[in-house]
Amino acid sequence: MREETASLEARLASGARLHEEEAQGLWELDLLTLGRWADLVRRRLHPEDRVTYVVDRNINYTNICTSGCRFCAFYRTQESPEGYVLEEDVLARKLVELKAQGGTGVLLQGGLNPDLPFAYYEELVRRIRGFGLGVHGFSPPEIAFMSRRFDLSLKEVLARLMEAGLTSIPGGGAEILVDRVRTQLSPRKGTSAQWLEVMAAAHELGLKTSATMMFGHLETRGERLEHLFKIRDLQDRTRGFLSFIPWTFQPGGTALGGEPLGAVEYLRTLAVSRLVLDNVPHLQVSWVTQGPKIAQVALKFGADDFGSTMLEENVVAATGVGFRLTQTEIETLVRQAGYEPRVRDHRYNLL
Amino acid sequence: MATLHFTDPALLPVYEKVLERERLSPEDGLTLFKSPDLLGVGYLANIVRERLHGRKAFYIYNQHLNYSNVCVNGCKFCAFGKKAGEEGAYEMTLAEIFTKVEARSGEPITEIHIVGGCHPSLPFSFYVEMLQGIKARRPQVHLQAFTAVEVAHLAELNRASLADTLQALRDAGLGSLPGGGAEVFSTRVRQALCPQKLSPEGWLGTAQTAHRLGLNTNATMLYGHMETLEERVDHLLKLRDAQDETGGFLSFIPLAFHPQNTALDHLQGPSAFDDLKTLAVSRLLLDNFPHIKAFWIMLGPKMAQLSLCFGVDDVDGTVMEERITHMAGAQTPQGLTRAQLQGLIREAGCQPVERDTLYREVAA
Repeated sequence: MREETASLEARLASGARLHEEEAQGLWELDLLTLGRWADLVRRRLHPEDRVTYVVDRNINYTNICTSGCRFCAFYRTQESPEGYVLEEDVLARKLVELKAQGGTGVLLQGGLNPDLPFAYYEELVRRIRGFGLGVHGFSPPEIAFMSRRFDLSLKEVLARLMEAGLTSIPGGGAEILVDRVRTQLSPRKGTSAQWLEVMAAAHELGLKTSATMMFGHLETRGERLEHLFKIRDLQDRTRGFLSFIPWTFQPGGTALGGEPLGAVEYLRTLAVSRLVLDNVPHLQVSWVTQGPKIAQVALKFGADDFGSTMLEENVVAATGVGFRLTQTEIETLVRQAGYEPRVRDHRYNLL
Repeated sequence: MATLHFTDPALLPVYEKVLERERLSPEDGLTLFKSPDLLGVGYLANIVRERLHGRKAFYIYNQHLNYSNVCVNGCKFCAFGKKAGEEGAYEMTLAEIFTKVEARSGEPITEIHIVGGCHPSLPFSFYVEMLQGIKARRPQVHLQAFTAVEVAHLAELNRASLADTLQALRDAGLGSLPGGGAEVFSTRVRQALCPQKLSPEGWLGTAQTAHRLGLNTNATMLYGHMETLEERVDHLLKLRDAQDETGGFLSFIPLAFHPQNTALDHLQGPSAFDDLKTLAVSRLLLDNFPHIKAFWIMLGPKMAQLSLCFGVDDVDGTVMEERITHMAGAQTPQGLTRAQLQGLIREAGCQPVERDTLYREVAA
């Protein structure tokens, strides 16, 4: 081991924070060294041999979206015959099904659909809460869209949704928080500053959120780091991020196309995320994009959370990647890896 | 600094042995299999891998031919074999086999990999003519054909010795033997799962007979069903002993059990931790085997790629038509292109090297 590598390892073991330059050097390390370091940090943050997950389903209230992102296979235009807004009875059926399976919450997201009034969103949250379920809902682009569309400040939108019962916010729509990438990938989705602004507003109002990163398309490794440091900086100020979820772009059925990233680069990026984001408590595996086997291995590369049972998932499924897991399968995967599976809610409270 | 490589202190004595290039004991094998320190086990295997191959990772441009699934053995872990006349049973005619070979005559294939069942009635001349006919159409292509189980079956049907049978096949164009049919060399397991199948002694004897004739072979282990870790270690060490004697094994390929559509479909099949540990322990125990292969068709491209960091140096080939694993529910694609294989190898930090069957580098 080179001297500087050894000293960095010693610093990480003592809980020191990585500088940007040191973080760049992480990409030079071999996969297993990165994994070992990430595991070191994971064990410091989560000394108990436990892996959490949530019983929920994704509900996508509409697939009509004006954003037109090139990496997305899910959205439809306003004119498309395949566009939908979820019917009330369909929603109710989904919620009953979720309750029957012991679900505690819904991951609620949808397209930027100009046909919906603000009352629709409030009513949607109320209805789900009426079933005794939490609402982990509306990623920053949706909040920003509502703010523009209904001429409300971000905090007004958030406060009204909280009043309707919103419990936390998912970290979607972050993609890569570098505007060079965003202008090519999702020019109508808003800047990285806007994404961060929504999260800052939510945190200031006391809403907890997660953060994501979708990588493996147009971005460089340096831009992935830039993304991570933006999250870390905001977290230093607000402490509102509960978890970070990196996942790989799935090219099937998208305008962007190309080959998906492999498992090794996913695990490297996961480990780098754990090492850089020393102030974000949880790191989640993406079994929906990586499959059960790589997701299990990811538990040794810094991750401490298995995500959710996702009784329903539509967005990744639209790219043709079809991994599905039951609650029993998740628990088995976790146990095989030597951890105790524990059910949590969307705010990471153990149940 | 050494302790930082491992979260499991039990790995430290093994680490010392690996550094000293000392042969590992059966107890070391068990320590490795039982260790919760997946990355530590991988780290050890990678030391040996780098010593042998640096960052090279091999792949082959090959074609698979499964000429028939008719089989007298009826092994419980198999979704491929059928009894003669059973629904789904098939046997290709020589003409069909040759058509499949000709269909890909424009491709730079260096190996045709031929495996089937233990057919009760096809005459020995069928196998000889198959090899001759393929060789006539693709004289440059290496024919890796017939597992030890098939060869022993043919010798019996033909009432000939193993050596004479192998010699006749070799004269017809046989280049080497694949490693299938070894399963697990445990009498207990075999009585439960494949009592009809060629015995461990028979399997090893056939492989060693081939080695003595100058034919290389591979070796496998089917894991993740009912075998114990002790039985896995025993299997690996039997192979190591055999290799000490005859030295003809080129690569070892652990085969992950796929339960779907088999008589054992109530089982789960091995976990990712088990897959990676089995590959890594194989690399560490089989110090006299040049290559450890992760057959991507079975593991999937993601796990095969990852295994390159856990002791593996070969991901097999650009297989285009494979039936045995796919009938057991493998979700993997039917073929990866050269560019895809090279890409996944490079992403793992390795240097892709196209090889032929005997691991000679091919100018791609």
